Amino acid sequence: MQHVEKHPILSVESLRKVYGAGAGAVEAIGNLDFTVARNELICIVGPSGAGKTTFLRCLSGLLAPTSGQVVLEGKKVEGPPEGMAVVLQEYSRSLYPWMTVYDNVELPLKAKGLPAGERRTAVTEALGAVGLSSSTKAYPWQLSGGMQQRVAIARAIAYRPKILVMDEPFAAVDAQTRAELEDLVRDLWQRLGVTVLFVTHDIDESVYLGQRVLVLSSAPTFIMEEVRIGLPDERDQLSTRALPEFARLRTQVYELIQQAKLVTYRTERPVAGEAVSHSV
Amino acid sequence: MKTGKLSAWLFVTLAVPAVILALWTLLAELTESLYWPSPLAIARVFPKAWLDGRMTEDVLPSLVRLALGYLCALAIGIAVGLVVGSVRRLRLAVEPVFEFFRAIPPPVLVPIMMLIAGIGDGMKISVIAFGCVWPILINTVEGVRGIDGVQIDTARSYSLRRRQRLLNVTIPSAAPKIFVGARQSLAIGLIMMVISEMFAASNGLGYNIVQFQRLFQLKEMWSGIILLGIIGVAANAIFKLVEKRCLRWYLGMQSQER
Repeated sequence: MQHVEKHPILSVESLRKVYGAGAGAVEAIGNLDFTVARNELICIVGPSGAGKTTFLRCLSGLLAPTSGQVVLEGKKVEGPPEGMAVVLQEYSRSLYPWMTVYDNVELPLKAKGLPAGERRTAVTEALGAVGLSSSTKAYPWQLSGGMQQRVAIARAIAYRPKILVMDEPFAAVDAQTRAELEDLVRDLWQRLGVTVLFVTHDIDESVYLGQRVLVLSSAPTFIMEEVRIGLPDERDQLSTRALPEFARLRTQVYELIQQAKLVTYRTERPVAGEAVSHSV
Repeated sequence: MKTGKLSAWLFVTLAVPAVILALWTLLAELTESLYWPSPLAIARVFPKAWLDGRMTEDVLPSLVRLALGYLCALAIGIAVGLVVGSVRRLRLAVEPVFEFFRAIPPPVLVPIMMLIAGIGDGMKISVIAFGCVWPILINTVEGVRGIDGVQIDTARSYSLRRRQRLLNVTIPSAAPKIFVGARQSLAIGLIMMVISEMFAASNGLGYNIVQFQRLFQLKEMWSGIILLGIIGVAANAIFKLVEKRCLRWYLGMQSQER
């Protein structure tokens, strides 16, 4: 059903990040090598302390890697790329409290130089898509956590990114809201045809959402294993999670993560060979 | 119910001033002290002392100088503060200097400013501006420095341009701090307005208060002091109104957290 394209939308090539230098240097990312195909929904999961934050900052052009590169649509990422929108875990800090919901969603479109009419359409559509048409004039802090994260998602999709990067977006909302938002992401992904890279520490979430799950090791990070998720495209919280295949996959990912925690201690620096053999 | 609440509010606000005034009147009438005239006597001389020309000849020029000096301080303090707050090295280098200038009591600058800028309006406006600028500047620097890293990352990842970032992120985020500084400066401005007129002036509120004292017109002098108090209260009320408009989001957010 899916096949690896010749020209992936995103490729991460021998990415490595070391903080500091000399004896005090800390290697956060050992070696990351993978590609993401157009319209794919890929999940990245790892044990806590897997250098996910560092990896995402490199990916989104906020932090320069020590070596290796990130290539988005054939262009090397050297600063925040225009075709990427990022949704962070800290919705209450990434939304601007002095702006209404509408203005928050509109601001990046102004930066993009969209004319007023197009901006209005894009903002209205995006807020409609996340179910917030009636809260446009509210301030973010007047909304619940789940609704605030919906605003952040609306802001990202209104930007019309080629790739939507989500950094543990639902780690701070309650379980019921989380299930709703997971379905929202699947729904938006299918409807808008956007590529999604979803980082989480929640194993079930990664299996439920993704077409493919990359399991990271502890820092210095490399890719332990790639797991293809052979679940049907139509997923829902009850029946999909009850499938034997779902249980099998979550067990597999779980075991890999347990393994990842152990691997750290015997990981000396050159893990590159191992990582390459496991990656795409 | 509503009128009940209103009268309760009036009672709470006015009770203490009423008691003070009553005591003051009583003591003044009993002692007949030359230095502590009764409020009634002060109120009687008030119209002649101030409403007969002095409003436009003295009070208005004082207020204009205060406004100009304060606005200069706001413009300079915010502009310089935004720059210094955004550049870490620059901030570390100049912050101690700012702290030093802030520590100097601004009234001592009046004699020096008189030598440099003469005794005209320019000197008075400069003195007011110099006294007011430091709290605004230091608080603006603090506000810009304290911007949440996630907010900055968000602005960067959506490639906001410099101008947009300044207007939509930096300034609003620093605004609550800027207002803290501006409020401190307002009180300083009022003090500097009066002091600059006490040294060397031919008109103004401070000048008149000193004149009344020299001519032993103590009731008139007291009426000037009370007028200053009224001006202070009014300036503060205007400030609060502006703050409420500009920081509606911030005040709302705070009242929700409580």
